Amino acid sequence: MKWETVIGLETHAQLNTRSKIFSGASTAFGASPNTQASAVDIALPGVLPVLNRAAVEKAIRFGLSVGATVNHRSIFARKNYFYPDLPKGYQISQFEVPVVAGGTVTIVVDGTEKTVRLTRAHLEEDAGKSLHEEFPDATGIDLNRAGTPLLEIVSEPDLRSSAEAVAYAKALHGLVRWIDICDGNMQEGSFRCDANVSVRPVGTDTLGTRCEIKNLNSFRFLERAIDYEVRRQIELIEDGGRVVQETRLYDPGRDETRSMRSKEDAHDYRYFPDPDLLPLEITPQWLESVRAVLPELPEAMRERFVAQHGVTAYDAAVLTGSRELADYFEAAARDARGPVGKLCANWIAGALSARLNEAGIDVGESRVTAAQLRRLVERIADSTVSGKIAKDVFEAMWNGEATGDDAADTIIAARGLVQISDSGALEKVADEVIAANAQQVADYRGGKEKAFNSLVGQVMKATRGKANPQQVTEILKRKLTG
Amino acid sequence: MHDLTLKALSDALSARKLSSLEATELFLNRINALNPRYNCFVSLDEERSRAQAREADAARAAGRAGPLRGVPIAHKGIFCAKGWLSTCGSKMLSNFVSPYDAHVVQRLNEAGAVTLGKTNMDEFAMGSSNETSWYGPVRNPWDPEAVPGGSSGGSAAAVAARLAPGATGTDTGGSIRQPAALTGICGLKPTYGVVSRYGMIAFASSLDQAGPMARTAEDLALMLDAMAGFDERDSTSLERAPESYGRDLTKGLKGLRIGLPTEFFADGLAPGVASAVDAAIAQYKSLGCEIVEVTLPNMRLSVPVYYVLAPAEASSNLARFDGVRYGYRAPEYRDLDDMYEKTRAQGFGPEVKRRILIGTYVLSHGYYDAYYIRAQKLRRLIAQDFTEAFAKCDVIMGPTSPTTAFKLGEKAADPLQMYLSDIYTIAVNLAGLPGLSIPCGFDGQGLPVGLQVIGNYFREAQMLNVAHQYQLATDWHLRAPPQPEDGR
Repeated sequence: MKWETVIGLETHAQLNTRSKIFSGASTAFGASPNTQASAVDIALPGVLPVLNRAAVEKAIRFGLSVGATVNHRSIFARKNYFYPDLPKGYQISQFEVPVVAGGTVTIVVDGTEKTVRLTRAHLEEDAGKSLHEEFPDATGIDLNRAGTPLLEIVSEPDLRSSAEAVAYAKALHGLVRWIDICDGNMQEGSFRCDANVSVRPVGTDTLGTRCEIKNLNSFRFLERAIDYEVRRQIELIEDGGRVVQETRLYDPGRDETRSMRSKEDAHDYRYFPDPDLLPLEITPQWLESVRAVLPELPEAMRERFVAQHGVTAYDAAVLTGSRELADYFEAAARDARGPVGKLCANWIAGALSARLNEAGIDVGESRVTAAQLRRLVERIADSTVSGKIAKDVFEAMWNGEATGDDAADTIIAARGLVQISDSGALEKVADEVIAANAQQVADYRGGKEKAFNSLVGQVMKATRGKANPQQVTEILKRKLTG
Repeated sequence: MHDLTLKALSDALSARKLSSLEATELFLNRINALNPRYNCFVSLDEERSRAQAREADAARAAGRAGPLRGVPIAHKGIFCAKGWLSTCGSKMLSNFVSPYDAHVVQRLNEAGAVTLGKTNMDEFAMGSSNETSWYGPVRNPWDPEAVPGGSSGGSAAAVAARLAPGATGTDTGGSIRQPAALTGICGLKPTYGVVSRYGMIAFASSLDQAGPMARTAEDLALMLDAMAGFDERDSTSLERAPESYGRDLTKGLKGLRIGLPTEFFADGLAPGVASAVDAAIAQYKSLGCEIVEVTLPNMRLSVPVYYVLAPAEASSNLARFDGVRYGYRAPEYRDLDDMYEKTRAQGFGPEVKRRILIGTYVLSHGYYDAYYIRAQKLRRLIAQDFTEAFAKCDVIMGPTSPTTAFKLGEKAADPLQMYLSDIYTIAVNLAGLPGLSIPCGFDGQGLPVGLQVIGNYFREAQMLNVAHQYQLATDWHLRAPPQPEDGR
């Protein structure tokens, strides 16, 4: 039997507000345990939550960015369960009426575009952490994270493979960073996914029984956990078994998922509206004020890059991979007309990205500034250097051979790399090369095209790469066929 | 001196007839002498009280007056007060010293009031007799074999026994008004949102409201002036311009329309209570008030609605008492679940457990719509009844409680009988309206009867005017319970 995989993701994005969602305590990561837990966070008797407007604005930003409905009125509810790192004995979340409803995210897998529908996104608070390793015979509780704002983004079960799930998670990850609502740091748990996975025979409409895999905090784990889980479910069914609805955990060490709790053990969370908080009202004015400061979104920017600078669709996608890279490109391309913008795109998507990846740094820390790159590209465009020589200049800039916006000019002058476009000088070199390479000349005239490239190479070598390659080709062709 | 009202004491302080330290010593002495008899106070810290009194005296000497400067008062055990044991009447919090002040405590401290101690109460404010307290029952100063009402029983008895001229209370279903009625004092539950709930240990968040308890309407106004006001730490606190709640005390009542709901005078009302309330109504007539009949047809549903909603919220509010971070933890346990189970089994008393169970049940999957959602709908109908009634009248009056103080143990074994003790007060909380109780006479056993005055939203000043004018014409509020012969 052929099987179809059905996946929906629940993604927790930690909102990058300075203070917590219901208290004034700091959200900074990495402080000593319980130093960033206020009376509200540790749930002293009598304390009350007060909603942080900044967290709401980030949720609105998200809603607007995915074309969702931002609900005029949404409700905070209590999700009741006991756990030591849940100080109140309930988590404040949104249940029946979330702040964001609907919306879509576009993904591209193997060159095919697909629209993934979102069910909703709701605001909630994070729990603290239980520390099981540090203490013998005891569990430590760190409530620094308790009350950190989260946006839980729930997709429809529209994903059909682990590759699609990863593409969706990456698109979401890029988006939340783009609109500056989440730092996207997966190691620190700022962005983590739960995957709901089921399988069904190809051609059927009904959904199979799903399992939820919790807390996947890397794209690789997301992919492997889904792949394992799909294999497990198919094997189980093909062996005559039945998938049991349950929550599972992925163990990266053994590359498998394990049952955490079954549906029978599932909590009855006894959701009800939190009487300590008023319904969240978002006025049209508030919505519009957030919309007014929303940055241009990646999709719009991609289209603009193509139209404005003639950038290829691929390069545009690379350039809008992050806000920083797009900003870098815009700084380099600026007011460029003609081929300069497109050349900037090529260089950023090509040489620069390669260098950044190699060094493992962000474009913000690039050793070649946007202004420096722009100058180099201008020197290619005005034929001062060839593309090939420009690579050397780029490397020299990367290695810090010169500073300032005109670093490229400094390096070209210091190394004497100005392209030779003087036809008199080139004709002379061409004559010398033809005279010295009788065999290749004969070969070329005898129909061996390859021999021609060798002759061009000889001219380039003789000019130490500085000859204008286009001009060299013209001169040689004229001399050999003439 | 101990018989002075809060206002009279305040005037004496202003006139330098006595110092705050002298007043504080006087009440501390009375508490030390009489508390063993009444069990009003759960925690005292005399040095702390004296320090506050000295500070108040210094402030007055420096020209910083204010009506509450140096006036000693008591705080219900439900309020968190920095450095004070804040137990909420429960073993669960028997070791909890609050690191912070509730908004109410902070405001009264800022006004210069001196804290005499923290009072006894029904455990987590769940009870109408003060018998559910882990610290034992409070005795009614009018009859030591009778209950003082609850849950603010300690505060009520302390004021009635002249152990404090005023006290704070909280009212979720009648917990200020009913004990005020049963001990012959005054108590006001303000409109929901007028007093911040920050630092008040939550029972049922959508119903809880703090208010003053004292001997006269005038005293209530003085205390409420300090207690009320917007607090950004409570999202349900209402942002309103500050007001003087005593501004209308001296207004005449001619033409005031008093609504009498037929439902308040039906079956179950003790004859001694009915006759005292009738006499009070007659008194108001003689003050020029008009009497109109109104109906609150859904009020009969208020007790069942309350006993769905309040336990539902309580079951969640009390989840934080898990032995993990503060408060009581069972001394021995096998694992996490065992720790939770033993801690809560040992830390909570039977009435609290009963309500947690009810609340957990009504919020459970499959029951939520039938109980919680339906109760919320009925709550709106009950509030709607009041809106319609207030179209015909300015205030609503009736008995505060169907009976006078009952004997200790009389209803303890029958929760339903106990719950009906709040039949006239609960609807007011469900609607979020203000309500107060003032003494209006005695029954055949010489036990005090309370008259309930219910106002429209934010009409506290008017209600206090209505109460004050009655107190100018009568002296029920000046009657003191029999003093123990030897002063003990």
